[in-house]
Amino acid sequence: MERFERVSGIAAPMPLVNIDTDMIIPKQFLKTIKRSGLGVNLFDEMRFDENGDEIPDFVLNRPAYRNAEILVAGDNFGCGSSREHAPWALRDFGIKVVVSTSFADIFYNNCFKNGILPVALPKDQVDFLMDDAEKGENARITVDLESQTVSTSDGTTFRFEVDPFRKHCLLEGLDDIGLTLKKMDAIEAYEQRAQLRSPWI
Amino acid sequence: MSRPRTLYDKIWDAHVVHEADDGTCLIYIDRHLVHEVTSPQAFEGLRMAGRSVRAPEKTIAVPDHNVPTTVDREQGIANKESRIQVEALETNARDFGIVYYGVNDVRQGIVHIIGPEQGWTQPGLTIVCGDSHTATHGAFGALAHGIGTSEVEHVLATQTLIQKKSRNMKVEVTGSLGPGVTAKDITLSIIGATGAAGGTGHVIEYCGQAIRELTMEGRMTVCNMAIEGGARAGLVAPDDKTFDYVRGRSHAPKGAAWEAALAHWKTLGTDPGAEFDKEIVLKGEEIAPVVTWGTSPEDVLPITGTVPHPDSFDAGKAGAVQRSLEYMGLSPGTRLADIEIDTVFIGSCTNARIEDLRDVARVMRGRRVKDGIRAMIVPGSGLVRAQAEEEGIAQELQEAGFEWRMAGCSMCLAMNPDQLAPGERCASTSNRNFEGRQGRGGRTHLLSPAMAAAAAVTGRLSDVRELV
Ligand code: SF4
Repeated sequence: MERFERVSGIAAPMPLVNIDTDMIIPKQFLKTIKRSGLGVNLFDEMRFDENGDEIPDFVLNRPAYRNAEILVAGDNFGCGSSREHAPWALRDFGIKVVVSTSFADIFYNNCFKNGILPVALPKDQVDFLMDDAEKGENARITVDLESQTVSTSDGTTFRFEVDPFRKHCLLEGLDDIGLTLKKMDAIEAYEQRAQLRSPWI
Repeated sequence: MSRPRTLYDKIWDAHVVHEADDGTCLIYIDRHLVHEVTSPQAFEGLRMAGRSVRAPEKTIAVPDHNVPTTVDREQGIANKESRIQVEALETNARDFGIVYYGVNDVRQGIVHIIGPEQGWTQPGLTIVCGDSHTATHGAFGALAHGIGTSEVEHVLATQTLIQKKSRNMKVEVTGSLGPGVTAKDITLSIIGATGAAGGTGHVIEYCGQAIRELTMEGRMTVCNMAIEGGARAGLVAPDDKTFDYVRGRSHAPKGAAWEAALAHWKTLGTDPGAEFDKEIVLKGEEIAPVVTWGTSPEDVLPITGTVPHPDSFDAGKAGAVQRSLEYMGLSPGTRLADIEIDTVFIGSCTNARIEDLRDVARVMRGRRVKDGIRAMIVPGSGLVRAQAEEEGIAQELQEAGFEWRMAGCSMCLAMNPDQLAPGERCASTSNRNFEGRQGRGGRTHLLSPAMAAAAAVTGRLSDVRELV
């Protein structure tokens, strides 16, 4: 996985609550057996009409936000299914950070596995960033993982919390499976204990 | 004496392989269920890294999400992309030595229905699947939740998952349900009360008399929708109903192993005095048959209610309500029972078990699907279908005007050809009413099987209590 250090880019505002995984990547795009190439279908039903033409007022179709790398969204972002196609599509489009007041658990988890940083902030701070993002192209936001801060172009800075282990993995670009396989002794020892204790499993 | 523990605490403690200083744990996984949509990239990852599946005997694969539900599927799947996904699953299962229930196997069905049916699901286990409705298996007192594809790959390779412990939440439903009120009404009412994010970061234990009085099927319906309330997992403490359900199933323990398992299962319930981080209580006798009016499962009201006005919500939600009413083509003040529907879908891992079909048959007895209404029943598994045929329900329902399909997820997520057209309004026993979930522009009202049957009879959302 690619290392994540800091992102300084355009933030697109999506002031909607409960943006679900069906919106992020509708199911007709889940038939792929690959991870890549989903960016063109990100937010498909909000981004394109029935004829496949762009819907001009959808935020990512507006000239100022076409190259957004950050999304600022309403509460409970990523609710719904466990499909990892949602972070794959975001990442493939170029989104590296999502800011919201809260995230659905599975989506939150899936982000870290794909080099996306979900940033949870209190409501007033998300509102502030939303306002800032709505001002358009000049609204570049900088997200720095090492110092756990989000800053706007006028220098306002908010600090966010992130689990230290996840932070470490993201900063170093570490692969979970490789890390876990190093603990194979503990896994084997567990399996032996479990075999004695609950042989029916 | 050790500290009193919850059911969740006990299962968690028994599965910790390793705990880091910051509380990040490696948790052992007892059962891994795999389906065609969220697994191909995980197997691809294994192959690329030259890894094998650590415990193929604990891994079960079944295609369900995008399989067609028409009888002619025996001749093969017409849609090329779906066919490739199903074939990839079959190849992966064969190459890695995993149990596989193919499309033409009578035991095939929705992954969360066949896990319990085949006895893979048992109390006290940790169960994962690349699907958020894995919470269903919590009805047996198993810790079960959805995972993403990277985690699917992680579990395949290591039989463990990296996790931090969630908080404990207790949802108690006291008293008994009134006539015509079912498990679906309980679970939707809970989401209505807590909101779609009310359970985020928590594992819910459902308890109380109304939960105890539910059958295993009903408990599965309740746990199934834990995720719609934001919780990754929902649990019900195992009891005699649980044990009776598991006993004798293909992959359940037998003989002396059964006795040992049973003795362990009886110790799993939450200890008296154990503390929960969050608690809510609902009165069972106050729960009415409910329907959703919007595009989030929290948008739920008793069928006797009216479509709400966006202004009655706080500022953050008002915009979403406005948008969802436009999408749903509804105006504030309309009586829910006046909303006319086009389609009825009875299916999904929430409500496609035999008891659900019996509920539908009970309401339909002596009645017919209203002319012009498309009504479809998609049993949750080949075995549910076979049982309904044996009980004569299948034939009754077909005579009443329902289509009788083969097992699969079908119109729950509409990845196969079973879809709503734009603007088509559906009374659905599934679990998600998101925009476009059942087909682009399709409008979904979630409700119980009995309520869906009532809607089929009248052609509008209806109070089933007037029909029973
Ligand atoms: S029936 Fe619906 S909710 Fe259940 S597993 Fe299938 S798609 Fe998911």
